[in-house]
Amino acid sequence: MNDVVIDRSQSGKWLDVWTQFKKHKGALVGSMVFILITLTVIAGPFFWIFEANEINIRQRNEGPSWLHPLGTDQLGRDTFARMIAGGQTSITVGLAAMALSILLGSCIGVIAGYYRRLDGMLMRLTDLFLSLPLLPLLLVMMLLFREPLSEAYGPERGMFVLIVCAIGITSWMPTARIVRGDVLALKEREFILAARSIGTTDTKIILRHILPNVISPILVSATLGIANAIITESALSFLGLGFPPDFPTWGRLLNDAVEYLTLYPERVFWPGLAISLTVLSVNYVGDGIRDALDPRIRGR
Amino acid sequence: MLNFVMRRTLISIPTLLFISLIIFLLLNLAPNDPMAQVPLTVPPEVKEKMREALGLGQPLYIQFFKWLVQFFWIEPQVFFDHMFGTSFSEDKLRVISWQTRSPVMDMIIQRMPQTLWVVGMSYIVGILIALPIGIYSAYRHYSVFDQAGTFVTMIGYSIPPFFTGPLVIVIFAVQLGWLPSTYDTVLRVVDWDTFVTQLRQMVLPVMVLALQTTAQISRYMRASMLDNLSQDYVRTARAKGLSEWTVVAIHVLRNSMIPVVTVIALNLPAIFGGAIITEQIFKVNGIGQQLIGAIYANDLPTVQTLTFMFAVLIVFFNLIADILYGVLDPRIRYE
Amino acid sequence: MKLKSLLLSIAGCIAFAPASFAERGSDGNVSIIYWQAPSILNPYLTGGTKDLESSSMVIEPLGRYDNTGALVPYLAKEIPTVGNGGVSADLMSITWTLKDGLLWSDGTAVTSEDVKFSADYCLHPDMGCASLSYFAGVTSVDIVDALTVKVNFDSPKPNPYGPYMGYTTPIIQKAQFENCMGAAAPNCTEANFGPIGTGPFVVTEFKPNDVIQMVANENYREAGKPAFATVTFKGGGDATGAGRSVLETGEFDYAWNLQLAPEVIANMEKAGKGVAIAGFGPLVERIEMNLTDPSPSLDADTRATRKAPHPFLTDINVRKAMSMAIDRTLLVEIGYGKAGKVTCDLVPAPDLYAANNDYCVKQDIAGANALLDGAGWTKGADGVRTKDGMRLSVLYQTSTNAVRQDFQALIKEWWSQIGVETELRNLSASVFFGGDPGSPDTFQKFYSDVEMYANTFSGTDPQSYLAQYLCGTEPRPESQWQGENINRFCEPEYDALHAELTKTGDLEKRGEIAIRLNNMLTKDSYTIVPLVHRGRVSAHANSLGGVVLNTWDSELWNVADWHRIK
Repeated sequence: MNDVVIDRSQSGKWLDVWTQFKKHKGALVGSMVFILITLTVIAGPFFWIFEANEINIRQRNEGPSWLHPLGTDQLGRDTFARMIAGGQTSITVGLAAMALSILLGSCIGVIAGYYRRLDGMLMRLTDLFLSLPLLPLLLVMMLLFREPLSEAYGPERGMFVLIVCAIGITSWMPTARIVRGDVLALKEREFILAARSIGTTDTKIILRHILPNVISPILVSATLGIANAIITESALSFLGLGFPPDFPTWGRLLNDAVEYLTLYPERVFWPGLAISLTVLSVNYVGDGIRDALDPRIRGR
Repeated sequence: MLNFVMRRTLISIPTLLFISLIIFLLLNLAPNDPMAQVPLTVPPEVKEKMREALGLGQPLYIQFFKWLVQFFWIEPQVFFDHMFGTSFSEDKLRVISWQTRSPVMDMIIQRMPQTLWVVGMSYIVGILIALPIGIYSAYRHYSVFDQAGTFVTMIGYSIPPFFTGPLVIVIFAVQLGWLPSTYDTVLRVVDWDTFVTQLRQMVLPVMVLALQTTAQISRYMRASMLDNLSQDYVRTARAKGLSEWTVVAIHVLRNSMIPVVTVIALNLPAIFGGAIITEQIFKVNGIGQQLIGAIYANDLPTVQTLTFMFAVLIVFFNLIADILYGVLDPRIRYE
Repeated sequence: MKLKSLLLSIAGCIAFAPASFAERGSDGNVSIIYWQAPSILNPYLTGGTKDLESSSMVIEPLGRYDNTGALVPYLAKEIPTVGNGGVSADLMSITWTLKDGLLWSDGTAVTSEDVKFSADYCLHPDMGCASLSYFAGVTSVDIVDALTVKVNFDSPKPNPYGPYMGYTTPIIQKAQFENCMGAAAPNCTEANFGPIGTGPFVVTEFKPNDVIQMVANENYREAGKPAFATVTFKGGGDATGAGRSVLETGEFDYAWNLQLAPEVIANMEKAGKGVAIAGFGPLVERIEMNLTDPSPSLDADTRATRKAPHPFLTDINVRKAMSMAIDRTLLVEIGYGKAGKVTCDLVPAPDLYAANNDYCVKQDIAGANALLDGAGWTKGADGVRTKDGMRLSVLYQTSTNAVRQDFQALIKEWWSQIGVETELRNLSASVFFGGDPGSPDTFQKFYSDVEMYANTFSGTDPQSYLAQYLCGTEPRPESQWQGENINRFCEPEYDALHAELTKTGDLEKRGEIAIRLNNMLTKDSYTIVPLVHRGRVSAHANSLGGVVLNTWDSELWNVADWHRIK
């Protein structure tokens, strides 16, 4: 009974949000671009004739042609195929790291906001993580866990696990703080008191009444998180501490191409454009969601 | 207020000690070898001797305790001696870098000026550009200027410095030949000419870094202005017949600046931390470059000291930001 | 190539003749960029090339190797030999005499005390001296008179030029370093950052890992030299940036070790501001074949030790076929360009010791296939050859580095064409070369079938380099996995021949033996598969004269002769 009412009000709200979101042209274009890039990257390997690591030494350093629309690299590997392979890694890292960071952030935020006993301790932990210098810490984690993980999962998957964990673990704090603030305010609202008075368990209150109401700050953090994770991954690859050289990611491709900047500018251009465009579109989506979820702006 | 500051300071002491322990353990449990960069022509038994000379192989807690004493007891003495010409620290072992066999602190002090010049200047430039953009974008919400401003700041957010850095070098240093691509750290500004040289060599790194600062601060400024513009007091002020300029510049701006100033304060430690990638590209050789160099060379004392100093700065500026908030906004009271 | 050597020799002539008429310090400032920044200027405390090279402008040894690998006296009057009586007939001692009237940059006289002190400094047991191996076998250094020292060895040394030759063992001032012996060495920051020397320049400011400022040494022994009054020695950034700042923007005069793709350097040269120069030492990029079984199913005491021979790499036909399948010309073209040559030898230089084999120059996939067919390795349905249930499937490891991963990809492709399946693996250089006995990923442990890296020797004599392949020097659990016989090669014939080398003093004869040893490892057994003879590419501005690239010693060995071309 209770659930049904909430569901209806929720769906009404989401319709409003969608109407508002559609008005934000940047966000609309952004989401289309992001979906397009993601689809290309997922479906690309099934349609594209070349594989990312296929060497053809007779066709190296070629410019754009019908066969190779983005040209080939110094071993004659097709740049487009490598961009697709690189995008798979970069976007997967972005999504996975975001998911981890959101999961950690919302859990800690909700628990800290809901249970007064744990609040002090969890918030000190958040402060502690906020005071750790992030990029140096990331670099140190790379140094530390790269070898054991690549042994356990193989070099590529080990690196993937490491980068996702490293980014996730160092970026959950803002989400946790925002969520905690919202939960603190929600906890005192009548509908929570009502639910508690009829004997609903804490777990159910959190899952059914609190979480749906803090979804908006989480969504905004999520979009920012994807952008942040993609940039961090490419920065690590750029500094030579990310994925191994024979494993393409956008950051890695950009790093390898910087040397050829004057000679083959397009090789720098494509991965640079892919990173920037993805991050840009995701940021626009985040901006749109924020505006759409803000009742004050939505009213206007 | 004083009570609040005292309490926060006291809490930060165990926090910092805990952080230093975490950093230490992280670094020391990692499989690495400071001798890995020594060429293969140096035989293994010589390398083993060199490792011993670095004090490797002692138990971890002794190494950590040594570092604590060196950092918290001996280094302040060195500083005191330097200021007052005393000699408390003579013959005491300071935090020594494995790479250069010299005190880490001396290197940090040596590199501070160029980091402050470049990163600090980019921060100032970024703020100066960001504030007007943020204010006007919010004031003309959803106008062409706002859309354009959003687009530019989004680009600033989205394009990483390792892309813009080499790009501006190729454009301005190689193709056009207007500006130098490397930063001369020994240049001393003594007259007009050297001042111009200093400005010229700062343009490119400052440009790359300021793009990011601008993006960040202008977004905050815009959001904060938007929050305040929809408040009731703005309507009241307008109803009273105050001029639009007075309403926006005096009432709204002053209130909107509160969160922005705190954000600016919160980001200050990053200036001292330097900009790892940008410093590397333009050879500024500041603190950021020192850190990445030490990480590559497995120079643990340097990495430990630098990361810990960043942590101290972050904790310190967090405290400052909290206090600033109270000073700027009289509505906030500290329990 | 001809034109370049001609140009080089002209440059050399210019350097040695008219420059001497110039006045000291008349050419202003010279700026040098090393993309790896110097950390310290005391060669005894570091093994890093960047530190050794930068210190070579300030402190000097008794003699250096020139660009052909020949010995040139620096602080010594002449190079001691058996012929001139400097080296005793039994090869047990060498006697060095200093030039007359040498002064340190602070104006005091250089004496044999300083020479003896330099050895004592490095040999101190608590020191952790990086140049210790150059003093191997030294029992004592005796002072004969104020300018003469006698170095005694524990056994006959056909090559007695370990101590005091080259940039690893320069002479340091006793007065400055006296209190810096042993464990106190790292505490003498001032001395380590600004050693008083006899070289053409004196350090005025040293910012570790950043920049060195130097001025001409007023007390330098040759009148009119150096031509430059000041030096700016900048470090940091990357090879691309360094190359660009010399070849494209002209901000610097000299850039060291441009490890860049060949076409990138060629493109930079088009700007016309400077030229890239290449020089070759004995550095060889090679594939090492593991003669022992690295299978993880074996227990730790047997795995990759001689107790367990490799199942198929012990078959010479397999090794030979794998070598034949490689197109080395293409590897050079892609990875090194000007900075690489095809080689089939472990010791490709100097000329006296180089075998100059050409058996591997041409790729021969068909020949390799025929060889394997003949040896009974038959292709299965998946294209991989098998024999007696063994599959030709190899694990191929190397350090993480863009060029090496390109090589891996190419070689994997070629090996697949002869029915050898390859799994690639790359490991971070700090672990691979780190030598940690606890790590399974070091090149010494060799837990793979083949591995690729580059190695070289210092000085011009390959005796100790070839000694790496003697029986008993292989890394094994009992030696904490330390040792240099990476392949676990063991041939009594090789050991006997090497023993003969250690007793031979005659240079012609030594060269002959070294070539035979080299062939036993490469041409005859394919234990080591050489790929590329790697050189070094540096660049200098067109206006900088006197540069002679030297790979046997410091690149800055003749910086005193550098001058501005007007």
